[in-house]
Amino acid sequence: MRRTRHAIVSALVLLVGRRRRRPKPEETRLVPALPPNPAAELAVLALLGLSSLSALGFILIYAFGDSLPQETPLLGATIGLAFLFLATALVVVALRLVPTEEIAEEYPPHEHPGEQQVIAELVDESGTRFTRSRLFKLGLLGAGGTLGLAILTPAVSFGPLFHVGDFLRTPWRRGRRLVDENGLPYKAADIEKNDFYLAFPEGTNDEEKDQMAASLVVIRLEPDQLRLPPHLQGYDANGILAYSRICTHAGCAITLYRAPLFQPDEPRPALVCPCHYSTFDPAAGGTVTFGPAGRDLPLLPVYVDSSGYLRAKGNFDGPVGPSWWGVRMWKAQP
Amino acid sequence: MTRRAVRWIDQRSASAPLLRKTLRYLFPDHWSFLLGEVALYAFIVLVATGIYLTFFFVDSTKEVVFHGPYYPALDGQKMSEAYASVVHLSLAVRAGLLIRQTHHWAANVFIAAIVLHLFRIFFTGAYRKPRELTYWLGITMLMLSLLEAYLGYSLVDDLMSGMGLVIGYSVGLSLPFVGQNLMNWLFDGMFPGSPRLWPRMYIAHVLIFPILIGLLLGAHLLLVALRHHTQFRRTKAQTERTIVGVPAFPGQAPRSLGLMVGTAGFLFLLGGLVQINPIWLWGPYHTYSSTNGAQPDWYLGWLIGALRLVPGFDFTIGHYTVVPNPFWGGAAFPLVVFGFLYFWPWLERRFTGDVAFHNLLDRPRDAPVRTAIGVAMFSWVFLVFMAGASDRVNVTFGIGYVSQIWVYRVIVWVLPALLGFVTWWTCKELQASELVVHERHAAESEARLARLRRGDEPPGDPGALES
Amino acid sequence: MRPVLTLAVLLVAGLLSAGAARAASGTPKDPLAAFGYHLYGQYCLGCHGGNAAGRYHQPSSATGAGPGRAQRQQGGIGPSLHGVGALAADFYLRTGYMPLRRIGLQPRRERVFLSDHQINALVAYVATFGGPPIPTPRPGLGNVSQGLALFTEHCAGCHQVMAQGGYVTGALPPALVQATPRQVAEAVRIGPYVMPKFSRSSISDRQLDSIVRYVEYTKHPVRPGGWGLGYIGPVPEGLVTWFLAIPALLGLCLLLGRRLRG
Repeated sequence: MRRTRHAIVSALVLLVGRRRRRPKPEETRLVPALPPNPAAELAVLALLGLSSLSALGFILIYAFGDSLPQETPLLGATIGLAFLFLATALVVVALRLVPTEEIAEEYPPHEHPGEQQVIAELVDESGTRFTRSRLFKLGLLGAGGTLGLAILTPAVSFGPLFHVGDFLRTPWRRGRRLVDENGLPYKAADIEKNDFYLAFPEGTNDEEKDQMAASLVVIRLEPDQLRLPPHLQGYDANGILAYSRICTHAGCAITLYRAPLFQPDEPRPALVCPCHYSTFDPAAGGTVTFGPAGRDLPLLPVYVDSSGYLRAKGNFDGPVGPSWWGVRMWKAQP
Repeated sequence: MTRRAVRWIDQRSASAPLLRKTLRYLFPDHWSFLLGEVALYAFIVLVATGIYLTFFFVDSTKEVVFHGPYYPALDGQKMSEAYASVVHLSLAVRAGLLIRQTHHWAANVFIAAIVLHLFRIFFTGAYRKPRELTYWLGITMLMLSLLEAYLGYSLVDDLMSGMGLVIGYSVGLSLPFVGQNLMNWLFDGMFPGSPRLWPRMYIAHVLIFPILIGLLLGAHLLLVALRHHTQFRRTKAQTERTIVGVPAFPGQAPRSLGLMVGTAGFLFLLGGLVQINPIWLWGPYHTYSSTNGAQPDWYLGWLIGALRLVPGFDFTIGHYTVVPNPFWGGAAFPLVVFGFLYFWPWLERRFTGDVAFHNLLDRPRDAPVRTAIGVAMFSWVFLVFMAGASDRVNVTFGIGYVSQIWVYRVIVWVLPALLGFVTWWTCKELQASELVVHERHAAESEARLARLRRGDEPPGDPGALES
Repeated sequence: MRPVLTLAVLLVAGLLSAGAARAASGTPKDPLAAFGYHLYGQYCLGCHGGNAAGRYHQPSSATGAGPGRAQRQQGGIGPSLHGVGALAADFYLRTGYMPLRRIGLQPRRERVFLSDHQINALVAYVATFGGPPIPTPRPGLGNVSQGLALFTEHCAGCHQVMAQGGYVTGALPPALVQATPRQVAEAVRIGPYVMPKFSRSSISDRQLDSIVRYVEYTKHPVRPGGWGLGYIGPVPEGLVTWFLAIPALLGLCLLLGRRLRG
């Protein structure tokens, strides 16, 4: 009986609050005393309670929400609200419960000339035995510099820093067949007008297919539509053109083919890159007609063998991919 | 109870004097001073959610076949382990998507808060002596955060971020003379690099950059505390020598805690209610695949705009491709912007001759030239940023893409100059009008005093103005 | 009076036009196709020419407009419809691409003012010139995962990986949210405007089923993470950051801190 009475009284006291001890007189206080704000206190308690409920909700949904369709939104809502209720409680505490004092104070001094002097003197006086100070500074610089360089040197092995021959290498060789993503070789008859095809060298595995120089975009134009420059004459196989699929601006794959159905009224055929809309004219050898690309799209020479399959006649007319220092200096190599 | 705890700590660390100073450290009371804190709290959420993510992510580009009956659209497809691990976390791990999305929203908000904080610092002159070092640490953190975020969403190896990665690679390639060597070195071979690339990116994202940012952040906050905050001249009591503010305890603490918990709350709310980067929809990345409408996250949008605006040319001398095209938009442009940010305190000192200590802040109107140049610079970057979205504007509103590009090419130079001038003029006018008001008040009180002395009017009566 | 005159002109033109054009001159026997022939004269003759042989030179005077009247009197050029089949006619008419509202510009989805019966008639008439029939795609037999892979390879470059539409220099590939499975199948085989044309040897019927199934999926994709934001990527995400998250946080800052004045 006494126990229950105790419990009830304690709970009531907990809820209602207990008057603080008589506050200290104003002059000895560090923080000003403000009158109690029971409404704010209750609000904070309520908010803390709501926060707990939300957090509990999160735990319950996590534990039992096996087939809940909106699992992530519910989880996010409960945990988010748990935080937000707690935040609101803190805001009420900040604005209504704790005193907001405005105190004035001196900034720290701009500098400490005395201490600066002592430090400077310490350093100077310690070095009275170093008579060749200039030389020592040089020596220290040399040792420290070279040591630092030595420590950094193993980083050179992170990658082929000095060997950029790979930029010129392609998996294409004379006679290599053009195949699709599943390894099936393309026949010239498969290449229809107004369509565009993804092609790789025969015999490349998935990893090799991801090399920039491997993938092609193959199209067919009417031979009388072609305006290939002199150095690209003969690169087509009766109108079939095999361009590098990698844009020469920033390396994205060219997967847009503008293929007019009714030529008189519609824009000319074009290969376009979706990243910055570099537009290449396939009839003219991949020249840039719009967009930021600074280099023509490389063209792979192709021919049709006796069985009707498409094969590479050699290598691209230039390195594949975005431009770099030597991209116009060398030809692509097998 | 409190006494016992404090005693225990002080006996073991001798830190009571420091604690006392810290508890009574003064914070000037202005809302714009809380922007840096928002960034800090977003960073904390990033680290916390990020640690969770590291327990699920697989940093490998090895090809696997995805077996996920819970997501038929990718079932049976070949993809990298990295991508598969993120799809799995998002769709098959309870609360995995929530934490992943919260992490990504936190990154977006983190950088946005830094930018707003930077605006406050710049337009109030808070970077002036003695706080240049603090400012430079902040700019460096901004740069590191951009790289860190880019690395973060590129790690997922989905179609969109893969396209972004190859573009970053191309910008690196475009560095004159050394680009190809540098990129070959960094990627361990030509793009898409070797199997060691992904662990490299991963370690950079979860260890190297967070530690760097953390250290700089610590130094940044330490310097702020040692030199104390700047303040606006809100009351007469606030001067270059006297700081007026709210002490850390009890006044500021619940505010800052509330802001921290509130930031976490908003971020988790977004993380659950608004989908971000649904990578299971984009599919895996291959060098031979791409999609229309690919965009980087907003904080790199200024770079895609620049890359699209530059006309198509490689700068060559003979056979030497000295400056490939992506350099201008992808490297030179951010270099100029960050160069401006870094050198600005020094430039301002040089041209105004102002080498004094400043603890008081300017209002933007108090420094018309600085405000004008800041507005011009920002509008330049902002217009380039807008240009990057012109294709979606074309799709949504029908305004031709090519026309937009040409218009932007002109206005990115003309408008900032114009806006800069208008800003300068506005600041001057605001100052002038304040001067007029101030002089009028002074004249009125002088006149009133004179009347009082002559005894023409009882005190306290404002009375009519004499002509 | 007008239709009779047009018919007379048609008859004469049809009789006079020599060449390789397949002879379907005169009113077709099938009553539906005959009605279509009559409608052709009303709406299509001006650009597609007599006997659907196409018109490749701009005529000095024009005919061919419709009750829609948004389509003004126009004299344009248009391809021959020989061999395009019911497939093409059905596609262009049901999407509203044709009759073309503005010459020289990309055809767009418009409100279809022709009735179902009228469209059937026109399709029947065009079908008399030969060509593929209306396709019947079966998305249920397709595989959505294959569909995503195929769509990414052939379509996503223009239409965006979630079929939300996009931009190509000089054209606007539309979003596919309004495209019915039949229209998707038809468009793939036609290659309208500057879209590539994919024949059966390039995309088989079964593969097309998978693509159609995937396009259907893009209309209602799973969105476990909440509000989908249009499935186009970071642009709307940036907007949410700056117009939802930042204002909320700024609001909190304003609540907690003071302003300069009071």
